[in-house]
Amino acid sequence: MSHSNTATLSNEIHGDNYLNHSKGLKSWLTTLDHKRIGLMYLATVLFFFLLGGIFALIMRLNLMSYGHPVVDANTYNKLMTFHGAIMVFLVIIPAIPGAIGNFVLPMMCGAKDVAFPRLNLASYYIYLFGALFATAALIGGGVDTGWTFYTPYSIRTSGPVILVLLGAFIAGFASILTGLNFIVTLHKLRAPGQSWSRLPLLCWALYATSIIQVLATPVLAITLVLLMMERVFKIGIFDPALGGDPILFQHFFWFYSHPAVYIMILPAMGVFSEIIPVFSRKPIFGYRAIALASFGIALVAFIVWGHHLFVSGQSELANFIFSLLTMFVAVPTGVKVFSWVGTMYKGSIRFNAPMLYAFGFIELFTIGGLTGVFLATLAIDVHMTDTYFVIAHFHYVMVGGSIMGLVGGMHYWFPKVTGRMYNETIAKWSFGFIIFGFNLTFFPQFIAGSQGMPRRYWSQLPEFDLWNRLSTVGSWFLAVGFVMVAYDMIRSARKGPIAGPNPWEALTLEWQTPSPPPHENFIETPVVTSWPYEYKPSRG
Amino acid sequence: MSQPLNTTGVHHHAHHFDSADHEFQASKQGMWIFMVTEVLMIGAIFVGYLIMRARYPEAFHEAHKLLNVKLGALNTAVLILSSYTMVRGVSAAQRGNNKLTIRMLMTTIALALVFCVVKYFEYSHKIHEGTLPGGNYTYAELSMPHVPLFFSFYFIMTGIHAFHVLVGIGLMTWMIKRVKSGEITPEFFTPVELVGFYWHFVDLVWIYLFPLLYLLG
Repeated sequence: MSHSNTATLSNEIHGDNYLNHSKGLKSWLTTLDHKRIGLMYLATVLFFFLLGGIFALIMRLNLMSYGHPVVDANTYNKLMTFHGAIMVFLVIIPAIPGAIGNFVLPMMCGAKDVAFPRLNLASYYIYLFGALFATAALIGGGVDTGWTFYTPYSIRTSGPVILVLLGAFIAGFASILTGLNFIVTLHKLRAPGQSWSRLPLLCWALYATSIIQVLATPVLAITLVLLMMERVFKIGIFDPALGGDPILFQHFFWFYSHPAVYIMILPAMGVFSEIIPVFSRKPIFGYRAIALASFGIALVAFIVWGHHLFVSGQSELANFIFSLLTMFVAVPTGVKVFSWVGTMYKGSIRFNAPMLYAFGFIELFTIGGLTGVFLATLAIDVHMTDTYFVIAHFHYVMVGGSIMGLVGGMHYWFPKVTGRMYNETIAKWSFGFIIFGFNLTFFPQFIAGSQGMPRRYWSQLPEFDLWNRLSTVGSWFLAVGFVMVAYDMIRSARKGPIAGPNPWEALTLEWQTPSPPPHENFIETPVVTSWPYEYKPSRG
Repeated sequence: MSQPLNTTGVHHHAHHFDSADHEFQASKQGMWIFMVTEVLMIGAIFVGYLIMRARYPEAFHEAHKLLNVKLGALNTAVLILSSYTMVRGVSAAQRGNNKLTIRMLMTTIALALVFCVVKYFEYSHKIHEGTLPGGNYTYAELSMPHVPLFFSFYFIMTGIHAFHVLVGIGLMTWMIKRVKSGEITPEFFTPVELVGFYWHFVDLVWIYLFPLLYLLG
């Protein structure tokens, strides 16, 4: 890479960079710089992560022991709805594309910005606007439909359901615009020499994600519009009392919401495809396979939604086909996991925090993925449907996958974003709390679920007390871990040691420019002459 | 910072593009992707309509007879004509004939308004008769189960289309303003071309809606 020289020359943290290029709150709120927009996304996402997390802690406290509820049943239903809706629509879906993708993707391409900077800022405000509607519903008394808004209950129940629907509808457009922007950026703004076969794997993962965002989100949009119309104008398309079909709602809803699972997980896979070779000091194993697997997952994502309807009265034949197709997801996913392990094999592994998160990710995501294969199996699913086994499964995928990707990525790019280094000791301890707390919270739920503990219940039977207690205690460890991460990052952003342009000795383009990067990312447009994964093992 | 306009009113490409053509190509690709999202959004409701139609063919057949085919056909002709005037407007913008661009955009807006007026008469007739969606259906002459469902789809589908027509009128008005400001030149006509894309898409959706709702027996 041709730029390491200029990068070291202007290594000063006080030089002109995107943080001090212009000053004042207004310069942030009206910025067109993808890096600042990424940080604004990150701050908002983390705020809602805190909110959704607090709801989860209260729910766990409520379930801790039989006969000692801390909230009443109605409040519990609302907490459950908002925990789900906030974590899905306002945290995990925008998290990695909106925050990390926005910051890193243009730099990885060697571009000065995304293709449509104004649209990028608009996407942030649309997201914020959607979030405000959801918050208004929370303040306005709450909603008890669950995040899936199943009909006909969501048509009949009282409360500001429309506000939550509007919130999700609006936030969806932010997701569409981010996806659109990334696709055009990847096609039109790669630096000279940055051919498709040299593109970093995070870019490939975000490309596949963008395709799902662009194709699936509009279907959710129209579904939510129809549901709002049900409530306002009694159109009856989903209402059995008016001749409609509530199962049609489930089909429409999952046609988006199943692919949405891959909107959540693919970017995390991309993040770890960057981290693993850097910290193994070895070329990535199976570059082409990992890139293609992202598209394989994106493709299969669209033809498996019916596995959410195994017990909804779908035909036997449809159940069989969806069950079979669902298992195909495991193939490209397995290709990725084996490629990461292959990359680590005989590498000289550095145990920095981002790499620890990669280990955590592979462990948790593999458990989450394999239990997904259990649930794809009809004979098991009919017994496991609506039990805690399902809850444990998707938390292993979403928290163990996506949130690990977000937090691991935050550590990995922290020196690039702030120009300073996080505290490795705190980072390792917080990782320990998170991985221990996570497994303690969710592994008992597999066991309780397999014994028949139902999901969504406000109160559980005393025979599940042991598992519920373990799970609640685990949630405290998890919370402590995240608080430690927050403490470390807030402190290190101001007081951490100067990191230099490339503390990890990484080869992708964003590391070949000063930290924090200048306003236009590179001092001069980089010319790419090689593949970004030619790592050599260090001596010793 | 990118400056879309300099003092002479001539557009220069934004800082992250190599050239004006580079920017134009990127904008066009972005617009195509946006069109795909529109297809998916409207596609979902088409699928819903087809499922229900296949399930209750008699009810949908009886219900569709209550639509006014003549007005639907008139609107189809109006929109096809408006696509023609839009093409001429875009072509005039590419050649730098601002006067013709403005005249053609205004004609297109006029045709769009004709469409809206016809739609207004259709809707008010239905409101008057009570051939309304779902629970609001009160038309006594045809009381068959699932007929109201047809009108749910009719109002939602044509309603979403009409909303797009209104957005199109807004966009074309904005384009007239930009052409008048001298910003649109043979070197930079991206906004007019993209609004043209959008308008053809809106027309195309109607080309599917008309036979699906009014004609299919």
